[in-house]
Amino acid sequence: MTQVERHAYDVVVVGAGGAGLRAAIEARERGMRTAVICKSLFGKAHTVMAEGGIAASMGNVNSHDSWQVHFRDTMRGGKFLNQWRMAELHAKEAPDRVWELETWGALFDRTEDGRISQRNFGGHEYPRLAHVGDRTGLELIRTLQQKIVSLQQEDFAETGDYEAKLKVFQECTVTRVLKDDERSETGAPPDRRSGGKVAGVFGYVRESGRLFVIDAPAVVLATGGIGKSFKVTSNSWEYTGDGHALALLAGAPLINMEFIQFHPTGMVWPPSVKGILVTESVRGDGGVLRNSDGERFMFGYVPDVFKEKYAQSEEEADGWYTDPDNHRRPPELLPRDEVARAINSEVKAGRGTPHGGVFLDVSTRLPAEEIRRRLPSMHHQFKELADVDITAEAMEVGPTCHYMMGGVDVEPDTAAARGVPGLFAAGEVAGGMHGSNRLGGNSLSDLLVFGRRAGLSAAEYASGLGGTRPAAPEEQIDAAAAEALRPFAAGDSADEGPAENPYTLHQELQQVMNDLVGIIRRGPEMEQALERLAVLRERAQRVGVEGHRQFNPGWHLAVDLRNMLLVSECVARAALERTESRGGHTRDDHPGMDRGWRKVNLVCELTDQAQGADARKEALIGLRQRPTDPIRADLLALFDREELLKYLTDEELDR
Amino acid sequence: MATGTTPTTPAARGVLAPGRAAISARHLRTDRWWLSPLVTAVALTIFIIYATWRAFANGDYYSTPYVSPLYSPCLASNCTPMNGGADWHLFGSWWGLSPALLVLVFPLGFRLTCYYYRKAYYRGFWASPPACAVAEPHAKYTGETRLPLIMQNVHRYFFYLALPVAGILTYDVVLAFRDESGAWGHAGLGTLVLLLNIALIWAYTLSCHSCRHIIGGKLRHFSAHPVRYRLWGWVGALNGRHMLLAWSSLISVGVADLYVYLVASGVFDDPRFF
Amino acid sequence: MTHTAHFKVWRGDTDGGDLRDYEVEVNDGEVVLDIIHRLQATQAADLAVRWNCKAGKCGSCSAEVNGRPRLMCMTRMSVFEPDETVTVTPLRAFPVIRDLVTDVSFNYDKARQVPAFVPPKGVPAGEYRMQQVDVERSQEFRKCIECFLCQDTCHVVRDHEENKAAFAGPRFLMRIAELDMHPLDAAADQGLVRAASAQEDHGLGYCNITKCCTEVCPEHIQITDNALIPLKERAIDRKYDPLVWLGSRIRRRKE
Repeated sequence: MTQVERHAYDVVVVGAGGAGLRAAIEARERGMRTAVICKSLFGKAHTVMAEGGIAASMGNVNSHDSWQVHFRDTMRGGKFLNQWRMAELHAKEAPDRVWELETWGALFDRTEDGRISQRNFGGHEYPRLAHVGDRTGLELIRTLQQKIVSLQQEDFAETGDYEAKLKVFQECTVTRVLKDDERSETGAPPDRRSGGKVAGVFGYVRESGRLFVIDAPAVVLATGGIGKSFKVTSNSWEYTGDGHALALLAGAPLINMEFIQFHPTGMVWPPSVKGILVTESVRGDGGVLRNSDGERFMFGYVPDVFKEKYAQSEEEADGWYTDPDNHRRPPELLPRDEVARAINSEVKAGRGTPHGGVFLDVSTRLPAEEIRRRLPSMHHQFKELADVDITAEAMEVGPTCHYMMGGVDVEPDTAAARGVPGLFAAGEVAGGMHGSNRLGGNSLSDLLVFGRRAGLSAAEYASGLGGTRPAAPEEQIDAAAAEALRPFAAGDSADEGPAENPYTLHQELQQVMNDLVGIIRRGPEMEQALERLAVLRERAQRVGVEGHRQFNPGWHLAVDLRNMLLVSECVARAALERTESRGGHTRDDHPGMDRGWRKVNLVCELTDQAQGADARKEALIGLRQRPTDPIRADLLALFDREELLKYLTDEELDR
Repeated sequence: MATGTTPTTPAARGVLAPGRAAISARHLRTDRWWLSPLVTAVALTIFIIYATWRAFANGDYYSTPYVSPLYSPCLASNCTPMNGGADWHLFGSWWGLSPALLVLVFPLGFRLTCYYYRKAYYRGFWASPPACAVAEPHAKYTGETRLPLIMQNVHRYFFYLALPVAGILTYDVVLAFRDESGAWGHAGLGTLVLLLNIALIWAYTLSCHSCRHIIGGKLRHFSAHPVRYRLWGWVGALNGRHMLLAWSSLISVGVADLYVYLVASGVFDDPRFF
Repeated sequence: MTHTAHFKVWRGDTDGGDLRDYEVEVNDGEVVLDIIHRLQATQAADLAVRWNCKAGKCGSCSAEVNGRPRLMCMTRMSVFEPDETVTVTPLRAFPVIRDLVTDVSFNYDKARQVPAFVPPKGVPAGEYRMQQVDVERSQEFRKCIECFLCQDTCHVVRDHEENKAAFAGPRFLMRIAELDMHPLDAAADQGLVRAASAQEDHGLGYCNITKCCTEVCPEHIQITDNALIPLKERAIDRKYDPLVWLGSRIRRRKE
């Protein structure tokens, strides 16, 4: 039996970004003893990187806005593959979630009449993004962090212990979701089909390397995305697909894993910062994209489905910034997938910048003072990292892996993972809400809306269980401990071959995903990717680390590799299967969007082989097609039939 | 740079305290961090020596129509008569020392408690700290929590007092536009020196942090006080240059006094423009 | 352009440690954190370091480079001469854990001691009205990324461990200033005078405004001029200004 530190809580939230903290606040306010586990320090989550704003149809700047318009924009942005009920809940509840932040101390930028100011963003019909300059994510995370502290202060006043009801376990990694297991008496390995309920989580403290178990009937996954599987990404090291993998390993399916958003504007130079985000607000506030010929090339890339909504000439586009009611919006503000592909094409056609991007210019569009006021952190970022003064010269930008649309298959209203009672997921780790492509600003609102719902449902679920709580069998804990510590023993037995360096494996994985399953995809390349992933997976079994367990980054990476490999396989398999181009999935060999494919979600699940001890050569991920839920009639009625025909099949519409 | 593996000695404190990373060097800065506190200390010392000498000298501070800023207002009977100037004999004849000592306490107090000068002499003279991330030599530190340094909180009263003093110096500059006979229309190099000095003194006085607070900083809702908000903005712009103004006004006071001294003691005649 | 740089990196833990020498490749446009990562990947796989966004937005990779508190991700290698030795140590005001990682729990403890925002009574969510000019001052302080470089450099606690109990540090005094300047904070209704409490409960008097916090702030927040000094002045309003004291007495009498 493994010696582990043991805690017990009602609800465990894995991840302390926007969704995780919002879920924890909700669970604690419903009376649950709640634990939050995060890999970084409290308050450092990737949410701080969000720049543009929170989309919510408050109508403060343009009173025509409403949840229906927001819903329409979201569905269009996701090419109608969105889980429509999630999109509906999201559009309806986002304003309340934003206003609630103000009661916790958030300070958004204001309109003339003292309300929350809202800015334009790609794909949003009206100015809709509540923001604080270009550091909205920081404001969001700090506000939630401070709300948590304020709840802890209440608990302190009552009990004398800040952590009596809400504790943050910072710098800890969860490696397994534990389940009770009816068949454990037979000695059989834990099986996803046994229908076991969530019993807690297993993990380790990064600082000390100590192993721990938290017994809890309800676990909320809020771990964010998977960007670290790619070489050029705007994501931080934390984004290793932990929640995706934890869900898979616990027996929950993932959907839409082929859809990855490549943000059109990441920095391309210097190499060490390649991929770091340049906020979309640069374009929302007037920035334009030009190729090396000086041409504003986006006018040539407006797809048919968007022809009526976007300007055809520079004059018309420029008029929109001041008079949006009588002008169509500039094509720089097309949804991200369109812009990213356009940039990619320009560079491929030889019209790129010296460092392989295109020019994003705001210096000739706004006075220097205005740029510094509206885009302070962009100004700062370019000045400090690239020695470029964006008030005087153009930036060089190119696409960067930014956001995973796919994720845990959840019930829209409760955020409960399908198939695993007690498991919930919210934020980027949950799939469905954004369909095949997410609109800018919809991420932060997604975190809040579904973070709250996940916390609420987890609390209800946990209290509904009463006194009978699932317990994880000891052998599951032993297996989890052995798995976590294996990198220290690698290379010990001669027949296994030499130990592998986790950093090398990680770099190779990133290269494979970037080159073969990147922004533009081809069938044969993805088949090749799957072969190489299988080899990497085999080598990863032998990954070994030096040193001891105390704050050992090599070990941490070795553990995270398992998750990145699993998730990468999901991405590659799903992308190979979907023979069309839609949103964040572009097939060179299948360039068109196919209405037939809209009716299908691709579902990834762990195969039975993957459960066995010797599963190195077999595919770990199984794929099946599942029809999407038909969109409710009153929601369909929000669109013109003509528009719907671009996305939905005739039979769907005639029903 | 030497580093040791044994973490502490019993007397170890600060960056050498137990628990901190075991680095024996008290700091690892490689730049010339000592330059700025050194320059500060030397410059302040020079001024203090000069000003002390001049304040006790009790002579050569008036040469019609110019008065040294160190001696205005002149409040004792032993003042040199100033043609229409601020020689108000409030203190009567019992005061036998230099009349400068009576008034210098106000600008001295203002500058001594000034938020910029505090930084300058805490760093330059007291090495608390000598520079950022350079360990200070003191065993204990209580800052401005108790006497005497808690008295630094009186800065705003010295600011209030600095206003009439600056007003009187302004009056002196106005008088400097009269010639020896009291006729208006004079301007000499001395006029220019005093004019520059008073401009810098006003700029320094108004750029004071207490002024910034009183004029608008204390408000919670700028939107309800648009005029004070605008004033706060202007004072804030000056306040951003408080260090520059503190030094330039200090130098200009010294230069103005020196100029009057040189003219009054007959070293040279004031060049006249018209 | 590539050259080989000489690095000294502190390796060790609570039991001791030393500065180790490394020769490492440096490419054009790189920052110190890139070099630390290269060391991890090639020479010191278990070199402990905190980092996260690598874009100066999260405040994780705080360390001391050539003796100055800095974010490693925002310290470009081009600021050093190619033949200059670059020394990287952990933050020296906090207990070390391992290598470049320190125990920053001091800051989280202090954060808990600052009373939270008090929402105004009777104003429902969605009805908050604030003017841009009124939120701007607090917004400046909310740019803080909590890298704790100001806490690290402040000599009050860096050089005097014994002051840690009484002194909240620049970051959290700034937090009090932020709340005191928040247009709608209703702490006063609960009898909490934030500025006075800053002096009485959070050690504002320890600050001798020597401005190192402002010097090291990677967000260029004017901590001293815009937060600490105004907070001192506000405390003086409450505690040492007879005019203000008298005024508030009379106002209270009238009510």
